[in-house]
Amino acid sequence: MSDASLPLAPAPAALPRASRGHLAFWLGALVLAGLLFFGLRALGNDYAYFAGYFILQYVVLATAWNILGGYAGYVNFGAAGFMAAGAYTAIALRQSTGLDLLPGILAAAVVGALLGLGTGYLTLRLRGVYFSIATLCLAVVLQTLVVNWDYVGGSRGAYVVRPREVAPFVSYGEYLFLVMLGLAIIAVGIARTVELTRLGRGLQAIRDNERAAEAVGVPTMRLKLVATALCGALMAVAGAPLPYYSGYLNPEAAFSLAYAVNAIAMPLIGGAGTWAGPVIGAVLLASLQQAATVTISSALNLWIVGWMLVIFVAVAPRGILGWFRRR
Amino acid sequence: MTRMTRRELGRLAAGATVIAAAPGLAFAQPANPIRIGYSMSLSGGLAPNGRSSLLAHKIWQEDVNARGGINGRPVELVYYDDQSAPANVPGLYTKLLDVDRVDIVTSSYATVMIAPSMPVVMQRGMAYVSLFGAGVNEAFKYDRYFSMNVTGDDIRSTYARGFFEVAAKLPTPPRTLAILAVDNEFAQKAADSARFLGRQRGLRIVYDRSYPPTTVDFAPTVRALAATRPDLVFLGSYPPDSNGLLRAISELRLSAQMLGGGMVGPQIAAVQAQLGPILNNLVNWDVYSNEPTMDFPGVRAFQEKYRARAAAEQVDVLGNYLQPYAYAQMQVIEQALARVGKPDQAALAADMHANVFKTVVGDLKFGASGEWAEPRNLLVQFQGITDGDLEKYKRPGAKVILYPESLKSGELRAPYGAPA
Amino acid sequence: MDGGDLILLLNGVVSGLLIGGIYAAAAAGLAISFGMLDIVNIAHPALMVAGGFLTVLLGTALGIDPLLAALLLAVPFYLLGTAIYAMYHHFFERRGDEALQGLAFFFGVMFIIEVGLVMAFGPEQRFLDPAYAYVTLRLGEVDVPLRMLVPGLFAMAAIGALWLFLRRSFTGLAIAAVAQDAEALRLMAVNPVRIKRFAFGLSIALAAIAGGALVVVQPVEPSSGQVFIGRVFAVCIMGGMGSLPGCILAAFLFGVVENVTATFYGPSWSPAVAFGWLLLVLAFRPQGLFGKLA
Repeated sequence: MSDASLPLAPAPAALPRASRGHLAFWLGALVLAGLLFFGLRALGNDYAYFAGYFILQYVVLATAWNILGGYAGYVNFGAAGFMAAGAYTAIALRQSTGLDLLPGILAAAVVGALLGLGTGYLTLRLRGVYFSIATLCLAVVLQTLVVNWDYVGGSRGAYVVRPREVAPFVSYGEYLFLVMLGLAIIAVGIARTVELTRLGRGLQAIRDNERAAEAVGVPTMRLKLVATALCGALMAVAGAPLPYYSGYLNPEAAFSLAYAVNAIAMPLIGGAGTWAGPVIGAVLLASLQQAATVTISSALNLWIVGWMLVIFVAVAPRGILGWFRRR
Repeated sequence: MTRMTRRELGRLAAGATVIAAAPGLAFAQPANPIRIGYSMSLSGGLAPNGRSSLLAHKIWQEDVNARGGINGRPVELVYYDDQSAPANVPGLYTKLLDVDRVDIVTSSYATVMIAPSMPVVMQRGMAYVSLFGAGVNEAFKYDRYFSMNVTGDDIRSTYARGFFEVAAKLPTPPRTLAILAVDNEFAQKAADSARFLGRQRGLRIVYDRSYPPTTVDFAPTVRALAATRPDLVFLGSYPPDSNGLLRAISELRLSAQMLGGGMVGPQIAAVQAQLGPILNNLVNWDVYSNEPTMDFPGVRAFQEKYRARAAAEQVDVLGNYLQPYAYAQMQVIEQALARVGKPDQAALAADMHANVFKTVVGDLKFGASGEWAEPRNLLVQFQGITDGDLEKYKRPGAKVILYPESLKSGELRAPYGAPA
Repeated sequence: MDGGDLILLLNGVVSGLLIGGIYAAAAAGLAISFGMLDIVNIAHPALMVAGGFLTVLLGTALGIDPLLAALLLAVPFYLLGTAIYAMYHHFFERRGDEALQGLAFFFGVMFIIEVGLVMAFGPEQRFLDPAYAYVTLRLGEVDVPLRMLVPGLFAMAAIGALWLFLRRSFTGLAIAAVAQDAEALRLMAVNPVRIKRFAFGLSIALAAIAGGALVVVQPVEPSSGQVFIGRVFAVCIMGGMGSLPGCILAAFLFGVVENVTATFYGPSWSPAVAFGWLLLVLAFRPQGLFGKLA
């Protein structure tokens, strides 16, 4: 992809400011992560790590969804499918080579990217809604494959007996939390980079008017493929630690509808199309769910998520960020 | 163990105090309750059994507290809804242990929910009595794990044993076997056992397939199975599909010397009410039946209390399945705690390994792996069923026990689905 | 292929057609909302299941046949549909937000319905069996259970009536027109919003009817709808979106493929075959098997 092919490339003058912004972003993220980590360690409570992991996994998932859904306007219903693909890649890698979490995450990224590329290649030439339905189908097909794949446990599920702790960390919970924290920062960083570069602008042009974008020379198909690959890779990455987190994974849990719902609800509530939106949405909604699980503790808590989604998209179509932008 | 949590420090301190001065725990308040924490599936796919287990637990709690609690301490249940989502479980158990600081943890219902709690429970060294898990400890090998389930630790060679023992006594010895099971963890283990034991007994397996839980129409599968004309049909199914499967079987008039085996569903009141006569002569795995051979002390009283409240709580109206076992799960804890005197996890586990427990599901003893030392898979048969009225299941005779010998209450009636 | 296989194949095809009737019932409403009105109502299967639950409730209370109860329920469901459309139009369509936000809206509605059913009725399955549900016709070597046939025929009748209505009445033609060109309708002094509201109401009324048909086939649970989401969209797309005859044909074909696969290769692969097929259709013939290119 050459620079000249893109009329939407940023003006040279904007570059220094953008790179200063990058520096500020990464520094800010690191400081925040450090504060979070040492804050939780001071708390000395494993529950905080597990709750933190739960929230951060949704930050990754929502951010991934946003790359395609928020920027380009292509709705992916198959978040659970991609996430499960990541989780099962990690399991398969462990079964075959004994490699554990971190290599599993890398492998998941590759598998997720290929899966995203494949789906995108098959369906992205069509109207957006076909892509959405195809992702829905992809989740079903993948689930059937996993269920019939005895090597990773099939329908019986796979046990992953994790070590009790990993060298410098106080507990495995802390280690997992830290891994997810790292992944979340990387995911948000990638999303932000996409948003600020010509890739993001191209995607936004696609969302606003795909035909017009095509007409002015935006390589729409190529951009969409890059976006689906990124989106698929990040979603799979969000799922890769799941078997280590729960110690056991069966297809039903890995392909849970909750992931698909939240992956869509969180960016929309936070504000789709900006890197901060899904982060805000995920933190808010996942904390709410975690809190509701241990307080209300009934089906009511899922109900609240449904209502929040409906009310937010109706009343605040630009999400929470939209409130601030409008002023 | 490299890390000592404040909780463990506290426990150590408490233990030390108890040894030094008998009067009680260091920070015990008057009537300081014993807190038992767990997650339970109150919504989602496992909720029917989860909710009825919770009702059984509540009845146990009321019974215990009415008797003055355990060693004078009342019992308090701390439970959360895990929404049938395994991903919620690790978080909930760390919350129970680190934030709520419960004294005892027990499990949610079913393997898929128990397994994700194991790493957390093991990290804290808690004595753990689980409810209706199958082979969970095979992977974890945790020496403080105890299982409230009849399946024992060798599911493969025991689960379907009753089916084949009874089949061996058929007037014409069966030669062929068909196996059909839903793609889920328990049904697949059941099918595996049938495959193993069937081969062992020299049966020819003429059909052996799995079906996805999302199957709506069973007609093609049942027809393909029927075309192999098996003498024995072993089915491993779950509640939503047991129904469709048995109806397709009756519509296609599939007949076999024995049909059933490992279905989960016919134990449930709603299924019994809807299927009525279709269940007649079905032989099936079960865990409880209101037969005189299973009239263990306390079980009637429990079921009466349960049945009085079941309708209002929107749970299974009979309580003939896992409900007595949920009650017994808590009885194990109660009896161990009463002997040990305090929630000392190592001592509780040692006590559970050492003793025989007298529960509403009979006397039971745990083996080395934490499973029941003696598995007690029942093989029952529905007999003389002409309608969907549920009253008959409260009395002997509707669901007779064919196996094991020690609990046997009737004779096999063959075949299933007599030709019209 | 010997005689036994032939009989199996024949039976597989027949039972595929029977289950196809149920798929058609579920997909027909979607053919209107998704196909003609361009409203991606993924809550449709959930509404169908809600219809199933209410059918059980009403049928038990009045002691009537579930299909009759479903027919009665079609009226309140029609009203519910118009209300949902009014909301959808007000918040999304009017603003031009329907693509992303509208989709999310229906996703939320689906969730609300499903969880709402759990809270209202508990998680247990519900059923209401008419007497004929236990009768099976035997035509030579082919078994035809009335449990499948009656709701299938009932659904066909409802879809047939709808098709006639769409082809013959002025309002019906206007619905077809609104899919093509809303502005042209406005020029004819027909309010396209009113027409769409009416059509969406019809599609939800069909969901109630499909729910009644489903209750005869199998007991319903709050989450039963999830099984159908993929299937009904698959049927709708393969049928060429807005076409009712195409939708019925695709539903039959889908049922037959699923059931023949289950008969000969075991049921565990039938969803993958059916949905893999849909993926191929999407990739190579996006206008649907029976659709024409726009």
